Amino acid sequence: MDYFDIFISILGSAIRLSIPLLFTALAGLFSERAGIFDIGLEGKMLASAFASACVAYYTGNAWAGLGAGILTAILFSMVHGFASITNRGNQIVSGVALNFVAAGLTIVLGQAWFNQGGRTGQVPASGRFSGITLPGADMMRDVPIIGPLYANVISGNNILTYIAFLMVPISWWVLYRTRFGLRLRAVGENPGAVDTAGISVTWLRYRALIVTGFLAGFAGTYLAIAQSAAFINNMSAGKGYIALAALIFAKWKPVPVMFACLLFGFLDAFANFMQGKELPLIGEVPVQIFQALPYILTCVLLAGFIGIAHPPKAGGVPYTKER
Amino acid sequence: MSLDTQNEPAIELVGIDKTFGTVHANKNINLTVAKGSIHGIIGENGAGKSTLMSILYGFYQADHGEIRISGKPVSIRDSQTAISSGIGMVHQHFMLVENFTVLENVMLGAEGGQLLRKGVASARKELKRLEDDYGLEVDPDAVIEELPVGNQQRVEILKALYRGAEILILDEPTGVLTPAEADHLFKVLRVLRDQGKTIILITHKLREIMAITDTVSVMRRGEMVATRKTSETTVEELAELMVGRRVLLRVEKGEANPGKVLLSVKNLTVKDSRGVTMVDDVSFDVRAGEIVGIAGVAGNGQSELLEAIAGIRKPTSGEILIDGKPIAGADPAALRELGLAHIPEDRHHMGLVLKFEEYENSILGYHRDARYGRGAMLNLDGIRKSAEEQIAKYDIRPPNPRLKTANFSGGNQQKIVVAREIERDPTVLIIGQPTRGVDIGAIEFIHKRIIEMRDAGKAVLLVSVELDEIRSLSDRILVMFAGKVVGEKSGEAGEQTLGLMMAGIAA
Repeated sequence: MDYFDIFISILGSAIRLSIPLLFTALAGLFSERAGIFDIGLEGKMLASAFASACVAYYTGNAWAGLGAGILTAILFSMVHGFASITNRGNQIVSGVALNFVAAGLTIVLGQAWFNQGGRTGQVPASGRFSGITLPGADMMRDVPIIGPLYANVISGNNILTYIAFLMVPISWWVLYRTRFGLRLRAVGENPGAVDTAGISVTWLRYRALIVTGFLAGFAGTYLAIAQSAAFINNMSAGKGYIALAALIFAKWKPVPVMFACLLFGFLDAFANFMQGKELPLIGEVPVQIFQALPYILTCVLLAGFIGIAHPPKAGGVPYTKER
Repeated sequence: MSLDTQNEPAIELVGIDKTFGTVHANKNINLTVAKGSIHGIIGENGAGKSTLMSILYGFYQADHGEIRISGKPVSIRDSQTAISSGIGMVHQHFMLVENFTVLENVMLGAEGGQLLRKGVASARKELKRLEDDYGLEVDPDAVIEELPVGNQQRVEILKALYRGAEILILDEPTGVLTPAEADHLFKVLRVLRDQGKTIILITHKLREIMAITDTVSVMRRGEMVATRKTSETTVEELAELMVGRRVLLRVEKGEANPGKVLLSVKNLTVKDSRGVTMVDDVSFDVRAGEIVGIAGVAGNGQSELLEAIAGIRKPTSGEILIDGKPIAGADPAALRELGLAHIPEDRHHMGLVLKFEEYENSILGYHRDARYGRGAMLNLDGIRKSAEEQIAKYDIRPPNPRLKTANFSGGNQQKIVVAREIERDPTVLIIGQPTRGVDIGAIEFIHKRIIEMRDAGKAVLLVSVELDEIRSLSDRILVMFAGKVVGEKSGEAGEQTLGLMMAGIAA
């Protein structure tokens, strides 16, 4: 295998690994731009992965699985909203609590229903999102450079991958070109301005959280029935936190979020590739080093290279009317 | 517009009553404001002005009473109905999204459709028209945080007008403005009035009431105690109505008798955390027995100067001497030992811990004093006793050292700080904004204490954005602009002279 083939295979794997990050980071984008910190992205992803695997297993329908994943993530989002918007609770505490609930509940229910140590049953092929070969992929395969790129990286992914990339311009458009987006960005900066303009801060923030749940549901579904064929214990494995890091890294903007997720996905793919391989002069590098890279990179880059990342000004603060 | 229509009421409040828990914030308020007039509402902090206006703007609902607009009763359930009834509000703390453009801020809540594109074009056109009609120039594409405060306020007014406001409520609009900006605002308000808009101006500044309003109502302890034609009343009468007793508006003080230099600042330069020079090569002396006032619009380096002298901020270069001794590197505790007392600008963030009880705050910074404890232990009885003494001497109300500080009014909180710092008998007293958010009665009291300190031979450095306060207390006035002291005047300097210097126009 020459270097180009290796590069293509890492790139393909990078795309696959960055999709759940992309959905989740965009999910977080909507909630955080509305002023609600969401550390519970991890839990939403996990819960929706479980729900989509269960429903896909019983119905044999991938779209039903996706629906279940989305509904579950929205449900979790609404609990977060009830705690932190309606009852003005601490957003971090509520988010962390939901992560615990998701981690525990998926195992308990999984064990009770499937008796496989927290795994769900194997989802049949019809209940999964499998790769789509784009027109001309086979014909293109032999064209140098572009051919393998098109056939192995761009083509052959499942529908959710294409939806994920489609969500980037859509999110941008919603945020910057619609009334909802204008109000959402405003409520994350100064809810007082929104309130005095006669708009309900509460309802606006709930709507933002619905969008968050919707997108996080895609992420979980992707993990369970697109990337794999069953739910496995703790299968989100910290991706919710990496997505949060990508969100900060990208300064809460949709297009940079995509690049940050691709970068983190690439590092992940690279780490997998390096597993057990020897580097010249250094020898075998523990795989943990590569796995830690996204986090280290976030810290280093945030500390100096990309300047100060200003979170939405009203983020984390429950809104109470003045006076 | 004929005289008849001018007399028509734009807004009538009938028997408005509002209670929060045990606090009766508004008691049976009746008020009529004529269309096309500027009506002032004046009262001390906590008199109920803000509650009344919040009821008008739909933040709260009145327990009883009726609101009529142009003669028709309306029920204002939320800000949305207030806006559609033609009421616009300019809040004291601007309700603007700082990283949005002017246009985006104006459109927010009145976007004209799900998509922004069509609305942007029409908003731009309407904004242009409002600018032309009322002389409210502002660049629609400027980002709010890059605009000077005066222009930000203009955006707030534009927001209200864009929503079709016929009645404009302004809550303490001049607090953050330079004298020149305030004059411009008044000009705009007069134009608005002449075009038939009705304006309600809430303020605690008597001078503004006299300068701009047609009629004025006074509130005291939740009641509307009087309504006067501005031309038929005086500052003295209004002050008396506000407080309920006669007050001295101008502090009486004798000649200063300056002695030796106690505080000396030499070529002081201070940079902030971003590396921007906030205090630029400033030098001055303060002598025993004199009050030196520093005038200037907020944000011209006064805060940083105070913090540098108080040992909170490290100067980049230059020297500060107390009684001839350089104090480089001394922390606030060491400075207190040297006889420096500091009444900070912002009592909530620097002067007090609001969640503490009063007696705990009364020793803040002096907790190492032998009177208040030995070693690691506090002498609670001693602390409470001295707190009770201060409460009695400074008339802090309610007189309860065990009450949480947050539950005192602004004026009484400030008295807690003033008492704590003055009662240590310092040789140098530095004061920032001594009466910000403090009612007239307490202002008079605090001013008297400051004069007493001067007469007792202390050196007093006073920083305030209230020009009246600087002028009535100071023996000498330094004006700061863009980090530099641009000039020195005697305490008798005229307002206009100082105003020009504050704007950086004259030296």
